Amino acid sequence: MKRKRKDQRTKAKGLRAYVALVYAFLFAPIVVLVLFSFNDSRRNAAWQGFTTRWYGELINDGPVLDALANTMKIALVATVLATVMGALAAYALTRYRFRGSGLYNGAIYVPLVIPEIVFGVALLSGFNAAGVSLSLQTLIVAHVAFMISFVIVIVRARMSGFDRALEEAAMDLGANEFQTFLLVTLPFMAPGIIAGGLLAFVLSFDDFVITFFNSGVGNTTLPLKVYSMVKFGVTPEINAISVFMLTFSSLLLLLSWRIQRQSGKPVVTDEE
Amino acid sequence: MDRFRGHSFLVANVLLAPTMLWLTLFLVLPLLVIFVYSFGGRGAYGEVELGFSLSNYTKAFSPLWLPVILRSFAFAGIATVLTLALGYPLAYFIAIYGGAKKNIFLILIMLPFWTSYLIRTYSWIVILRTEGVINTSLSWLGVISGPLDLLNTPFSVVLGLTYGFLPFMTLPLYASLEKLDKSLLEAAQDLGANRLWTLLRVTLPLSLPGVVAGTLLTFIPAVGDFVTPDLLGGPDTLMIGNVIQQQFLSARDWAYGSALSFSLMAILLVGIFLYVRKMGSEDLM
Repeated sequence: MKRKRKDQRTKAKGLRAYVALVYAFLFAPIVVLVLFSFNDSRRNAAWQGFTTRWYGELINDGPVLDALANTMKIALVATVLATVMGALAAYALTRYRFRGSGLYNGAIYVPLVIPEIVFGVALLSGFNAAGVSLSLQTLIVAHVAFMISFVIVIVRARMSGFDRALEEAAMDLGANEFQTFLLVTLPFMAPGIIAGGLLAFVLSFDDFVITFFNSGVGNTTLPLKVYSMVKFGVTPEINAISVFMLTFSSLLLLLSWRIQRQSGKPVVTDEE
Repeated sequence: MDRFRGHSFLVANVLLAPTMLWLTLFLVLPLLVIFVYSFGGRGAYGEVELGFSLSNYTKAFSPLWLPVILRSFAFAGIATVLTLALGYPLAYFIAIYGGAKKNIFLILIMLPFWTSYLIRTYSWIVILRTEGVINTSLSWLGVISGPLDLLNTPFSVVLGLTYGFLPFMTLPLYASLEKLDKSLLEAAQDLGANRLWTLLRVTLPLSLPGVVAGTLLTFIPAVGDFVTPDLLGGPDTLMIGNVIQQQFLSARDWAYGSALSFSLMAILLVGIFLYVRKMGSEDLM
């Protein structure tokens, strides 16, 4: 018995070392980016000393700031649209059982499983066939199309823990259906809606592939700007933008998970 | 009991209407458009000439382009196997030994999962390029005299795919290992199985739905990926995604690009459909 336990521990030691290496693999590139965003050298990978110069240059870089502004505009409007529509849909799908709900459930998963590039070129072709020229508005429309499903999945996860007796009680106490929704159901859904909205915002903020195909001329977003800069060569400014984007997204994600956890859902179920 | 039942069908449909309208207009119809385009041809000015010809599909699988499709499947396949080799022990460790720090371990996997794929791919350029971290370090150490060609090779593309999709593999694996009844593992060991035998005969079969789900979630986006081969690859590492991008943005043969897109999607959706029929959708989402 004793020998077996010791045997287990040594086995787990090998596993632990392997897992540590896998985590190192996951984070080494990110650490490298952060490190070199502070490296006082334009050309190569040798360490030349600490500087915040590259971040300073970003703040004065007009095109980068324009791209950031576009990204924020798109993400804000698309998030509001996707969150409102997604929350309503999630409510309908969990609250009611009706004929055809299976079909709706299936439809929601299509944007999650379709290859992103196919989504991107299909939208481009669709806009083209409809004679719509590409603009910030078409980008917002495109972003909403891939964000809704994520919002629905997260709000639905929250709704699955809802006790319908609360609604019954509210109505027994004289509330009508709309008041019940507004005063009982909606407050319960709220953490799911906020968490889903934050996640949707991150997806829009970071989206490259769908934006790449549907941006047209002059609607550069931050990921598109990074892409075109990378095509010209590696610069410390790109590292600085990258670190900014990773930090910004991570903070929103952590906030989203925190809200979901506080509302009683373990972290694992949030992802899809 | 249910006071909503009388008009629930109506209310539910009204609430679902905006989402379904949006998905119809901006997903279903666009997919129909590329489906129609895929039977057309390229006009003199790069516009799509509608028609009914299968030539785009025969072209996609012709000797000229078949290697691209095969390469996409090969690269994605190798990357999937590698993510499984890296991700399974990782998921197993978190599920069995994670303890109180389980959520921290998971968050460390989910952060890369949700943050910019573009930037995570770009980070490998910084590491692999001629003046990159590896070449600079190795020549400083005197190990190499000239820089190694690490970037724009099949190696860098497969590495990039493996790195990019590791979280996609690990999370469903974790979901299925987490559900595993730990007393079964103890039972196997009490009955005299060693740890390897327990792993092969108990843990692995029970986590098979997670393995298949992770494989699909990795393989599908990896086959169609174009960011990785575009940034980390070269002319001899073209994948389907690159060709689709070229047809739409530079060659302007949208009909052919549509046929490629549709073929890619059809192959993958059939794979998912078969999976869901066999295993259910639980571990996939």
